[in-house]
Formats: sequence, C-alpha cells, structure tokens
Amino acid sequence: MLALLLRDLRLATRAGGGFGLSLAFFLIVTVLVPFGVGPEGGVLARIAPGILWVGALLACLLSLDRIFALDREDGSLDLLATAPIPLEGAVAAKALAHWLTTGLPLTLAAPILGVLLNLPTAGFGWLTLSLLVGTPALSVIGAFGAALTVGLKRGGLLLSLLVLPLYIPTLIFGAEAAKRGAEGLATATPLLMLAGITAGTAAILPFAAAAAIRVNLR
Amino acid sequence: MMLEIQDLAVARGGIRLLEGVSLALGAGQAMVLRGPNGIGKTTLLRAVAGLQPAVAGSITLPPEGAAYAGHADGLKATLTVAENLTFWAGIYGQSGIAPALAAMDLDALQERPAQNLSAGQKRRLGLARLLVTGRRLWLLDEPTVSLDAASVALFGASVRAHLAAGGAALMATHIDLGLDEAAILDLTPFRARHPEPGQGGGFDEAFA
Repeated sequence: MLALLLRDLRLATRAGGGFGLSLAFFLIVTVLVPFGVGPEGGVLARIAPGILWVGALLACLLSLDRIFALDREDGSLDLLATAPIPLEGAVAAKALAHWLTTGLPLTLAAPILGVLLNLPTAGFGWLTLSLLVGTPALSVIGAFGAALTVGLKRGGLLLSLLVLPLYIPTLIFGAEAAKRGAEGLATATPLLMLAGITAGTAAILPFAAAAAIRVNLR
Repeated sequence: MMLEIQDLAVARGGIRLLEGVSLALGAGQAMVLRGPNGIGKTTLLRAVAGLQPAVAGSITLPPEGAAYAGHADGLKATLTVAENLTFWAGIYGQSGIAPALAAMDLDALQERPAQNLSAGQKRRLGLARLLVTGRRLWLLDEPTVSLDAASVALFGASVRAHLAAGGAALMATHIDLGLDEAAILDLTPFRARHPEPGQGGGFDEAFA
C-alpha cells in the first residue's frame, strides 16, 4: 500500500500529473470574487470563510476523476484488483495520495488567499484548522464518486453531480467553523461535527468504493 | 494441483459464452486456450483471475492467487521502466527487479520513461511484471501481441523457466510460443448452446 501511495505521489508531481492545477484554480476563484462583489472590505470579510471553503471544494473536485479513471485506462486497476493488497486498502491509499496532493496544498494556501479577501486576523488559524480537518472527507467522498463512475467514458461531469451533494455537510460545518472563528465565537461544535464527518467517511467509504470498483470491472 | 476448474460457465454483458468447461493444471504444466474471436477466452481468464464472477461451476486457485496479465500492461507513461517494475514488485511484496529486467532484455531501457517505449517494448515490460509477482500461477491473455520473433522466443524461455521452477500457466494465444509441452484446449465445443440474453441471468448478474 505504501508502494501505491508513493507511486501516486510521484505521478502527481511528474509532467501532466496535475499537481498545481487545483491550487491555480483555487487562486483564480479567490481572485475573481472581489471583482464580482466589489472591493468593499466589510462585505468581503463577511463572506471570506464561505468563499474560501467553496473555492477549496471546487478545486478539490477538479482532480477527482483522475483518481481511478487513469488506472482503469492503462489496465492498472485490473492488476491492482488481482494483487495481494486488498482493494479497500488501495482505495484508501489513493484517497490519501489525492489529499496529500490536493487537500493539503489547498489548506496551506488558504491563509495566503485569505489576505485577498480581507479575512479577519482571528480567522486565519480557524480557517486553516477547519480545512485541515475537513478536506480529507472531500478526498474520500470524491474517491467513492470516482469509483462509482470509473467504468464510464467521460464520467467527469456525472462525478461532479454525484459528489457535490455529498459535500454539503462538510461545507456547512467547515465554513461555519471558519466563520465563527473569524468572528471570535466558539468553534468547538462545528469542528467536532466536521471531524466526525471525516472520521465516518474515512471508515466507511473505502469499503463502498472497493465494492463499486469490483462491480465496474466486470 | 495449481488450478482446477469444474463445470465452469461464464457470461459477458449478460450473455452466456462458455459452459461446462473443466480443466486441471498441475505444477510445471501449461495450457493454451484456443478458439475463434469472441468465444470467451478473455472472459474465462478474467473469471479465473477473480475479476468477474462465474455464472456456474467452481474455480480452485493456489492460496496466494494468480498473476494476471490482460490486454493492457498497466504501465504509467511518466514513470521509467525501473520505476514501473519496482512499483509492481512492491505491491506483490517482492524485491529485486534485476532478474526480470534481464529476462525480458530491458536492461538498456531501465531509465527510459514508459511513454517513450515502442509497443513491443511496453509489452515486454508488461510481461516482466509477471516475473516480479512471485506468483506460481500465471494467467496470460494474448501475451505475445506486438512482440517480434526474438521477443516471443524470449518470452517462451521465461514461461519455460517458470514451469521448470514449479509454476503453471494458463494462456490464450494464437501463435506458437515454442512450448511443445503445453496442452491445447480448444474452447469451441464449450460454446454456450443458448447464448441469448437472460441465460446468464443478465439482469440479476449486474446486481449480484
């Protein structure tokens, strides 16, 4: 499983691996928002946590269809399914690789982009913490969606339609935690809910994704 | 006994292709599946590999399972030959890719990215993967596609060495590998008699 994780990390950083794509998309979305809503600092500060969370979520969505579709195309998925490592473990390793190459960079970049949106100083730490706790759920849910659509040609759009509704709870509690943090209110409840979602999806969805892959490989 | 198949029936897309297939392979034995295109050679091999369920019958494999090589080689274009092979060795818990590289004459290509290989070289790398799996039973689906005569001989020698070391191989191929000891099984008599949809439990099978 470690071999699979290392291979996916290596592939992501090679040419065409799409490592910087999500990050660049996140940057552009965040830069576009002030153009759309105007440069008034008070408005931006109020919407900053929500915009950053939505931006991170959409950026995460960009690279989801690569998780299994590329392996399916070149036959690796067939071979992984017959390999001695359990398919559930392979799904978990690939979701972790996706988070390390997408969710983690987005989390680290968010405070810098928060400056562009006039995020209150108190909110920086909470925004980073909420993304750190919440983005693994985005990768795991996304891996499940990618597993469901792995057999389809051009399944990317269907994948987005399947996955985005599943992202709603993560978004609600993540943005709420960041917003409360920015306003100096207690953040424990939304953060705990967010952590619960991440722990729950990480525990259950690799099994569901592996089952979906087995059906799609037939 | 390496592989024992009893009264196996397989279906593809809800259509039953083969039924009543029985065969047995012991250590050191190889068997070549023959039959016209579409008879179900690939489907049979995928069922044996565990990639799809059998409609009927039983398949008995060695406890550690089998190494499967399908039409696609499972190579990553941006990784080098050595990196691709090291990855698969790691997945199978093996180490040391040098013998596999040497067996398929890939030593000189080690540092080349897989995307710059020719079709035959890619195939050789795909077959070298079998050597790093450490599995005793090989399931090979058209292993010699796009190989030149010299590479076919190279691969034939690898299979023979594998058999001599107590392995076994079940393969679907149309060309002669030079394996005189291999038994030949023609699948034509096993063609399903009523191949119309529904025979394979098509609808139920999709949700099985």
